[in-house]
Amino acid sequence: MTMHPMISALRRHKAGVALIVLQIALTLAIVCNSVFIIGGRIERIARATGLDEDGLFLVTQQWVSEGDADGKDAIERLDTMQREDLAVLRALPDVASVTPINSLPLLNSAAWNGGIGLAPDQPKANLQASFYFTDENVLPTLGVKLVAGRAFTAADVEHKALGDANTPSRIIVSQEIARRLFPDGGALGKNVYLDGGGAPASIVGIVDRLQTPGTNAFSTSFAYSSVLVPTRLNSTFSRYAVRAKPGRLAAAMRAAPDALYQANSQRVIAEDGIQSYADIRHDAYRADIGMAMLMGGVSLILLCVTAAGVFGLTSFWVDQRERQIGIRRALGARRRDILGYFQVENLLIVGSGAVLGIVLAVGLNFALIKRYEMDRLPVTDVLLGVVCVLALSQASTFVPARRAARVEPASAIRSM
Amino acid sequence: MFSYYLELALRSFRRSPGLTALMVLAIGFGVAASMTTFSVFRAVSGDPIPWKSHRLFVPQVDVWGPAERGKDGEPPAALDYRTATSLLNEHRGSMQAAIYKVSPAVQSTRAGSHPVNVDGHAVSSDFFPMLEVPFAFGSGWSRQDDERRANVVVIGDTLNRRLFQGRNSVGETLQVAGKSYRIVGVLAHWDPQPRFFDIVNTGGFTTTREDVFLPFETAVGAGMASTGNTGCSKSPSEGGIAGLKESTCVWISYLVQLDDADAVRSYRAYLDGYARQLQDSGATTWAPNNRLRDIPAWLDAQHVVPADTGVSLLVALGLLIVCLVNTSGLLLAKFLRRSGEIGVRRAIGAPRGAIYAQFLTEAGMIGIAGGLLGLALTGLGVACVHWLLPADIASLARVDLALLLLTLLLALVSTLLAGLYPTFRATLVQPTWQLKSQ
Repeated sequence: MTMHPMISALRRHKAGVALIVLQIALTLAIVCNSVFIIGGRIERIARATGLDEDGLFLVTQQWVSEGDADGKDAIERLDTMQREDLAVLRALPDVASVTPINSLPLLNSAAWNGGIGLAPDQPKANLQASFYFTDENVLPTLGVKLVAGRAFTAADVEHKALGDANTPSRIIVSQEIARRLFPDGGALGKNVYLDGGGAPASIVGIVDRLQTPGTNAFSTSFAYSSVLVPTRLNSTFSRYAVRAKPGRLAAAMRAAPDALYQANSQRVIAEDGIQSYADIRHDAYRADIGMAMLMGGVSLILLCVTAAGVFGLTSFWVDQRERQIGIRRALGARRRDILGYFQVENLLIVGSGAVLGIVLAVGLNFALIKRYEMDRLPVTDVLLGVVCVLALSQASTFVPARRAARVEPASAIRSM
Repeated sequence: MFSYYLELALRSFRRSPGLTALMVLAIGFGVAASMTTFSVFRAVSGDPIPWKSHRLFVPQVDVWGPAERGKDGEPPAALDYRTATSLLNEHRGSMQAAIYKVSPAVQSTRAGSHPVNVDGHAVSSDFFPMLEVPFAFGSGWSRQDDERRANVVVIGDTLNRRLFQGRNSVGETLQVAGKSYRIVGVLAHWDPQPRFFDIVNTGGFTTTREDVFLPFETAVGAGMASTGNTGCSKSPSEGGIAGLKESTCVWISYLVQLDDADAVRSYRAYLDGYARQLQDSGATTWAPNNRLRDIPAWLDAQHVVPADTGVSLLVALGLLIVCLVNTSGLLLAKFLRRSGEIGVRRAIGAPRGAIYAQFLTEAGMIGIAGGLLGLALTGLGVACVHWLLPADIASLARVDLALLLLTLLLALVSTLLAGLYPTFRATLVQPTWQLKSQ
């Protein structure tokens, strides 16, 4: 098939062709970037926290304090109340294990971030990390896997006021920290210095993977640098991570607040004070899911509109050229030639649209990088977009093209 | 004549219902997507106190030094206790307030009531007049109350309804974190978004209510810890609020009102002087690195408008443009198909203007139909936003009269724009050619 007649035919519809080319280009630019954004969000949501998330829930409660929470006596009193709460929760029939903890991965609040250094009183830390203040039951409760060293024992566990600067003498770190601080291995048993302090903390254990509480851009830069500290934090409020026995999550969540109130009624557990881990995860990623769905919706509408536009314009051209098609058929063109003609014509138009679209997609991506600090669009996403748009427009050309192919040769003379 | 064009347009729609429906759908979806994302964008990019935001300033003082600065050299976003109290005591602005977040348990003194957890802020007395906080009953406290560390409290309207059934509770006593406070004021409904006086803890938008306001020094004196973010470059040497007071940890938001350019200049000089004084005293070892931004600049620097919102608006506008290009192409096809009709009209004396009027009427009708569809879809879209996005932002997106009118207007204007070129082409039809070819 020679291209010449096709191109000269297209020249007669310059404006129409230009509009389709523009539409295809814009569609491609937007769809590529949307798909890229969606992909990024899905990747973010799919990353593992390192927890065994099923059957885990979090209790947040506050005691109604009668005065100063600072003094030595107050700290002892608060710690006694905390240990009572832990015992009450542990005694529930549906509960497997309980640990006090200041925050959880993806909780997005109450994170305790700080630096870890390799030398005492270092002004600039080697890396940023997030600390979980907890006790000896943390590993089984969270379902985090220990890969080296040992778990905390009851003898390791201390308690201190929230905000007390004393650094712990023993810690468990995530593998991410072990690898980054000691690239040659052998992190176990080494001393590190927390928060620029002068007292060493010895690494007694390494856990496989444990995410930090924050989900914003800053926290994402150290998403898996977590440190477990064997210290109960004493304050007027407290958090307990609770693992229910298999299949007993709902029952354990119902029983927990009643049991706590019964043990000590001078406290407040807010409506969202009992959160299943599934809810915590959902809240953390709500904006990402929303954005992905929004981008998906817009892309879908865009592709539909473009497909419909190609369909409409091709239909119009087929109607307009019915006589010419009849003449070609009368002169011996086969049905498949007519069909092929429209398909190739479409490929030509959409192909040039796609070339322009690639330029626009990269341009839009640069604009987004500059204004909103997005990542660079990978080539594969662009190619995927091109294939998508080409396939879609070929499919929407097919229906009117098939109608064109069915034009009888006789119609060349009939309308004369 | 207009009704004749309407009739012609209706006839044309009836001749090709599929193509017409396609255009209406495209306009409807394009407009709805744009307006839905715009409703969110409008909500998050608003100025919470437009009449005065350029006179309210947020000072930042670098008490952490170069090691803790980010790429942009920003000092910490909040103040430490020493800086906040120094600035307060010298009151160089016409009004100023130190602010930190508290979440105490409160209990009304009547028998049988249970303690409830509430959120609020410990603030200086100037907070209320400076931010023009609306009161239903009573008022804020005085500067003397600040100095005396008086046990007074201002409560929000929701808490007042919950504890006192909404009546005037000024003069009643409230237990806050175990101590008695006298209620001096009850706010009318007040929920500024973004929460410009506490960006550090809210990131801008929040569904947390402002239930209680306590005098700043009273709360500090009562050992009420901040329940907001506390940033430390070095851990405090002592636990609790006592340790925080002595440390360089930052946990206090600060607002100052400066009424003219001179006041701003001299306040900048004052901040530099304060930082130099820290340097001279040996508390810091670096040159002053302060910031003083008014509210709009502060919101911008803190990236209060979420990037997602801007990106979605941009993408939705792209969708609208594609829909318009699409409509333009289809109108072109539709109009040129009627070259014969145009030729006849021109031949029997219709001027070009009449052709313009006829086809723009047709385009306008498609625009209005698309706009009406867009209205319904925008309503649906905003409902989806409420379901999809986090509550703090979604609750701000609203459908109101302005949005509805804007939707219709956008649909009409954009369709007319899309119809302009096809109509222009239609007016170029040569009557003689058309008549000859028939």
